[in-house]
Amino acid sequence: MAERRFEVSRLPGFASVAIAVFVLLYLPILTLVVFSFNSGPSVAVWEGWSLHWYADAWNNEAVKGATARSLIIATCASAIATTVATMAALGTTRRAAFGGQTFIYVVINQPLMVPEIVTAVALLILFGVVKQATGYQGLGYLILAHAAFCTPFAYLPIRARLEGMDLSLETAATDLYANPWQTFRHVTLPLLAPGIAAGAMLAFVISLDDVVITEFVKSGGQDTLPTYMLGQMRRAITPEVNAISTALLGLTVILLTLFFILTRKKN
Amino acid sequence: MSPAEQSQRRKSSRNGWLLSAPALSLLFLAASGPLLIVLVYSFLTPGQYGNVIWEFSLDGWVGILFTRDIFDGTMNLADAHLTIFWRSVKLSLMTTALTFALGFPTAWFIATRPPAQRAMWLFLITIPFWTNLLIRTFAINEVIRNEGLMNTVLISLGLISEPIRLINTDTAVFIGMAYVYLPLMVLPLFAAIDRFDMKLLEAGYDLYASRLQVLRHVILPIVKPGIIAGSILVFVPSLGAYVTPRVLGGGKNMMIGNFIELQFGQGRNWPLGAALSMALLLIVMAALLIYVRASTKGSNPHG
Repeated sequence: MAERRFEVSRLPGFASVAIAVFVLLYLPILTLVVFSFNSGPSVAVWEGWSLHWYADAWNNEAVKGATARSLIIATCASAIATTVATMAALGTTRRAAFGGQTFIYVVINQPLMVPEIVTAVALLILFGVVKQATGYQGLGYLILAHAAFCTPFAYLPIRARLEGMDLSLETAATDLYANPWQTFRHVTLPLLAPGIAAGAMLAFVISLDDVVITEFVKSGGQDTLPTYMLGQMRRAITPEVNAISTALLGLTVILLTLFFILTRKKN
Repeated sequence: MSPAEQSQRRKSSRNGWLLSAPALSLLFLAASGPLLIVLVYSFLTPGQYGNVIWEFSLDGWVGILFTRDIFDGTMNLADAHLTIFWRSVKLSLMTTALTFALGFPTAWFIATRPPAQRAMWLFLITIPFWTNLLIRTFAINEVIRNEGLMNTVLISLGLISEPIRLINTDTAVFIGMAYVYLPLMVLPLFAAIDRFDMKLLEAGYDLYASRLQVLRHVILPIVKPGIIAGSILVFVPSLGAYVTPRVLGGGKNMMIGNFIELQFGQGRNWPLGAALSMALLLIVMAALLIYVRASTKGSNPHG
């Protein structure tokens, strides 16, 4: 039959727009990745395959330092954020609604609502005062700032996981004379583990990607990978930035894939 | 309620607060609390080399819209500031409109795929959503730059002889923001369309509605909460955008975010920067309030 069956959910032109959107969404990213392997110095004229921009980035002391700082900050910040978010999720789910629960929810999710530039300015002022008063210039400020804005990203998947768990196993454990700590350690925690891992990964990715708050909070010589890249963009762009971007992109995709595997609902 | 139950409840509520306390302290210390300092700073006097002098002044807030003439002290509307605000609002609205025009068909397409394929298409939208905003801005920059891929290809095809100069224009910022914020529009639209009952379409067609009529009178009103959510999610970060206008717009095409930074850098007017931050926060809160109102209103009809 030549005539296509009348499908109610089909709207003319929508599929073409959608396909065009997917192409436009990925074309720039793919270009970025492909030109990181360019042997020439251009990000638009192809001269052949080479890995030397990766080698250049790898041997660049500034990139090495920025990578180490990014990883230290993301690791510490996501560890802190995941810990406090797990406790808060345990405190705000699976119990009778109590006064102030909405308040807790709003405060934890506040970083999702306030424009980053406003938080960045606020922390610039606060940490400026503290830096002057204490003389401490270390990475602690960045870790603290990152831990704060990563907390909602850790909290949401952990909370979602907890809401899907009923209390019957914990009740059974208590009936068998387990004390609250034993119940938590041997029943709740193992069941919650995938949620915690998912929350930690999201927090790690969010910390690794931050530009604005880091740019305002960092002291001299504390560039992370994103702020280093932002600084480089003002100069002539070489595929070295593409190589760094591609490496960061690869790490993000791996972590996100793991996140989706962990949070996938088994039906 | 028996006294035993009551004490049980009190204990449960106390534990809830105790467990939430570390998170609340962290966020108060490094997110909510510092906003109060910004509010205080917006009412102080600028110091000569940045920072502030602890003297009350309304100049920060007045300075958002007016400038004082250096010679006779009269107040005039600050045209340069108004240009920046107008550009920010205009570009944010245009970004919202374009992402909706592209995002709605995309979300519809994903929602009407067979269930097995749907997760894959959704994952393809989610990856850019979580990918570093800077990398995505940088990727679109490489494509639209004067010596970028778009111009190189167009020139080598002989379609143009001179490169199209987009970088450092409002158009570049507009394209860039639409590119980086598109997933924020698609995801809530998808969530709304996914819940949409396709039988309503059959009913519409049975009653001799055309495709356009079905779209206008059946689909759009029902997925409206998703449209509002997506629009807010795109509009709010667009208005506060900092990275995209900085990379693609250059120094001349500032938006509010870059203007705020300027006050804390070369501008050396911290109270004005603080007042601008608070004003931006107020606008964003108003937008979120509209969203909450609309989503609670839109959740029960047609039921």
